[in-house]
This record gives sequence, structure tokens and C-alpha cells, in this order.
Amino acid sequence: MAVSSNIVVRIEDLHKRYGNEEVLKGVSFTVRQGEALAIIGPSGTGKSTLLRCINRLTEPDRGRIWLEDTEITSPQTDINAIRQQIGFVFQDFNLFAHLTALDNVRLGLLKVKRLSKREATERAMQELARVGLAEHAEKYPAQLSGGQQQRVSIARALAMDPKLMLFDEPTSALDPELIGEVLQVMQDLAEEGMTMVVVTHEMGFARSVCDEVIFMEKGVIVEQGPPQQVFVNPKQPRTRQFLGKISELYGGT
Amino acid sequence: MGGHNPHPSPLRGGGQKGEGRSEEGGDLKQFLDCQVLAEGSFLRLACDIAPRLLQGTATTFQLTVLAIGLGLVGGILLALGRVYGNKPIYWVSTAYVQFVRGTPVLVQLFLIYYGLPAFEIRLDSLTAAIIGLGLNSAAYQAEYFRGAIQSISRGQMLAARAIGMTNLQAIRHVILPQALRIVIPPWSNELIYTLKYSSVAFIIGAPELMATGQVIASRNFRYFEVFLIVAFIYLVCVLVISKLLDIAEQKLKIPGLEMR
Repeated sequence: MAVSSNIVVRIEDLHKRYGNEEVLKGVSFTVRQGEALAIIGPSGTGKSTLLRCINRLTEPDRGRIWLEDTEITSPQTDINAIRQQIGFVFQDFNLFAHLTALDNVRLGLLKVKRLSKREATERAMQELARVGLAEHAEKYPAQLSGGQQQRVSIARALAMDPKLMLFDEPTSALDPELIGEVLQVMQDLAEEGMTMVVVTHEMGFARSVCDEVIFMEKGVIVEQGPPQQVFVNPKQPRTRQFLGKISELYGGT
Repeated sequence: MGGHNPHPSPLRGGGQKGEGRSEEGGDLKQFLDCQVLAEGSFLRLACDIAPRLLQGTATTFQLTVLAIGLGLVGGILLALGRVYGNKPIYWVSTAYVQFVRGTPVLVQLFLIYYGLPAFEIRLDSLTAAIIGLGLNSAAYQAEYFRGAIQSISRGQMLAARAIGMTNLQAIRHVILPQALRIVIPPWSNELIYTLKYSSVAFIIGAPELMATGQVIASRNFRYFEVFLIVAFIYLVCVLVISKLLDIAEQKLKIPGLEMR
């Protein structure tokens, strides 16, 4: 699906400091509807912090963020209403440990969206089927593999009908042979036109699935552009250096 | 040594140390009017005093259940206050827990039973015991719940907030259901402890099992046999409760959710 010109997220001059360390030093970008944006860069450069600022799981110190026409960072905004519209997928899944896969997906529908039990179950089963886990609906998180858990957590986010999906290194905690099934689900999502921001070390995914790539380091955006530009013909020497190291490690991307 | 009360009621007389130990026949004769006549073999004695002891056991159960229930509600609130509360709430709940855990339960019972009448609050001995033991248990249960809540990974709360839940919804639907399961094994100890410790209520004269045994024993001079029976009744209660809690723990068990 084509990327439209409607802007879903706009971020302006975002700053965040932990103690003496400024992890975000003025980050600005926009995400258009249907766009899949990858954020790459070395560990500890503020990528995850940036993602968490977007739904204010982490409070930014300075800067403004909009979801369509609503300013997320405004004190008047009902943040719980905003978060329903932003799906968040964590590195370590964070499935509710006491609930089955079905109940994990259903909880938000029942308690936040206040759907009837029948509607919620129907919707939850749809989402589980979408990530290929309908037959595991009655299993508890501990009975699922890492890849299955992450797919349930994607279904849990999708069930809320989000305008935007945020992925925080969704495959970093997975065994290598389980990464593929999660990336496949994400690729399907991108192709269906979901607007998404993905913090990832999977360069292959960023290159082949995403429409736009941001290379971040030390709290600033070093380079931004379509994957062809960033991966094949990076303008910044630092980007080239980083990508070179990565392909050395993983044998080419 | 307390003086000899000619008509010791189970409500007041139980606390007097050495009561009925007199060698004089006069006191004993007076006791005989209002007592269970317990003579003969151990078995005969056991049969004679069983009905009254069972009555005392029923009161012990009532005392234990209400105290543990009061402690459960109070303990959860205190634990939430200590984990999620703002500064004033944190300090108040912490101070409460420290005060209760740092002072003897007898002093607490005396404060409530003998101390509160100074403020025109007069409680009967059983009510005072329920409230005293309940408030005491709340402090201990709070610490068990706090430990359980803090053992739950922070990601659980983040994930709940990320789908738009309020803090309160996240606590109610995600944190507490997990914490309450994790807490069952240590909480079982607290229940058994409360059952056994409810025996201190005899000192303010609550007519529970210990007090009943004390009155019967002192009237018949058969301390050893009577308290052996009392001990046996406590033991049976503890074993039954342990078994029930084991079953509950198995029923509520969820894969991957154990005390870590």
C-alpha cells in the first residue's frame, strides 16, 4: 500500500536527560500514514527512549509530539486515550503472565474498550489468527516459545485498532530461528498499510520492508532517507562506518 | 498473682495467673457450681469437656477468619501504599507497618481493650481481639504482598499502561491477580500464625479455645490433660487449614507464575 501524505506522527525537538546524560538531544521527524520507518544505530543511543517518549511511557523533558491533530505532550491530553491508539511491542514481550494468549489479547478490549465478552472474544480470536496463533489461544505465556509470545503481544496491540504501531527491538530477545516468524508478521502488517516505527538491529528487514530509515547515534539523527540511500549510498561517514561494522559481523545485509 | 475470683467468667477471669491453683477446698467448692464436672479417665474427661472446647474452637475460628480478613484488606492497601503511594501515603503506611511489627501484640491488644475506653470507645473482648489481631496481621500481610508485588517485573505494568489502562486498572487486572497467587505460600504461614496467635486473646478474656481450656483446667486442676486436648485441637485445625491452602494453591496455579 502506498504511503499517503497524511502525517500520523510529528515529533519536534525532543529532549530527554537521565541524570547527567542527555540521551535525546533534539530529535525531530514525521511519520506519514502507511509508512514503515526503521530506526537503526548503536546500542545506548536513545532509540528505545525515543520510542517510549512517543506514548509517554517515558516523559520527555522538552519537545512536542503530535498524533494526527492531538498533541500527545500537552498536559491536557488524556494519555490513556492516546495510548489506546498506539500499539507498543516490547523487546521482552511483557505478556501478562497470569493470562492465556486469548485473555492477553482480550483484556484491553474488555477493560479499556469495554466491549462485550462475545465481541471481545471474537476480535481477539481474529487477531490471534492474523498472527497465526489461533490454535494456541488457551496457552499461558510460559507455555509458548519466544517467537509465539512476541506474536501474541503484536496481536494484543493490534486488537486495540491502533493508528500507529511502535516496535522496540521486537526480535532482540529471540533465538535466531524464531526471529523469522516475528519479522514475517511485521512485514505482513507493513504491506497491509499499517503505520509503524521499528527500532531494530535487523538491517535486512529495515532495508527490504521499511520505506524510510533513520540512523541515530548519541541522541541525534545522523542520517535519514529511503533505505536505498541510507544502506547503499550513505552520505555521512559515520553511517557508512556503522553499516560496515554490521555487515562485518553478520556477513553482509 | 491475681486474686481468686469466686465466679470467674470466661470473659474476664482467664487472665489471672495461677487462678484456681489454691489448695483450699472452699474456692473449689464454689467453682463446682458452674463448671463441667470432669472426673475419671482421660477419655471421660475429654468427652465431658468436648462440647465447651468445641464452642471455644468455633470462637477461635470466628476470631481467626475475621482477623485474617481484616488483615488481608488492610495488608493489600498498605502494600499498595508502600509500592505505589505518593510520599505522604508511603510514609503513613511504612510508619504503620514499622509500629505494628516493632511492638508486642499484647501491648497492642491492651491499647485497644484497656486503652480505648479512655476515649469512650468500649469494645467487648472478642471485638477488641478481632480488631487487634486484624490490625496486627495487616502489617505482616502488607510485607508479604509488598514482596510479591515487587517480584513482578516492571514490564507487566508498562504493558498494561501501553494498552491504555489507568494505573488503578493495571493494578487491579494485572498486578494484583499475579501478586495474590505468588503470595499464597508465605500467606499460608500468616494464616496459621494468626490461628495460633489468636490464643493470646484469652488474656483480655475473649472466650476462644485457649480461654475456655484455661477456665476448665483451672476448675478441675487437670491442666496437663486439658491443655493436651487444647493443643491437639489447635494441631488438627492447623493441619486442616494447611491442606486446604495446598489445594487452593494447586487450583490457582498458572504455568510460569511461581514465587521467583
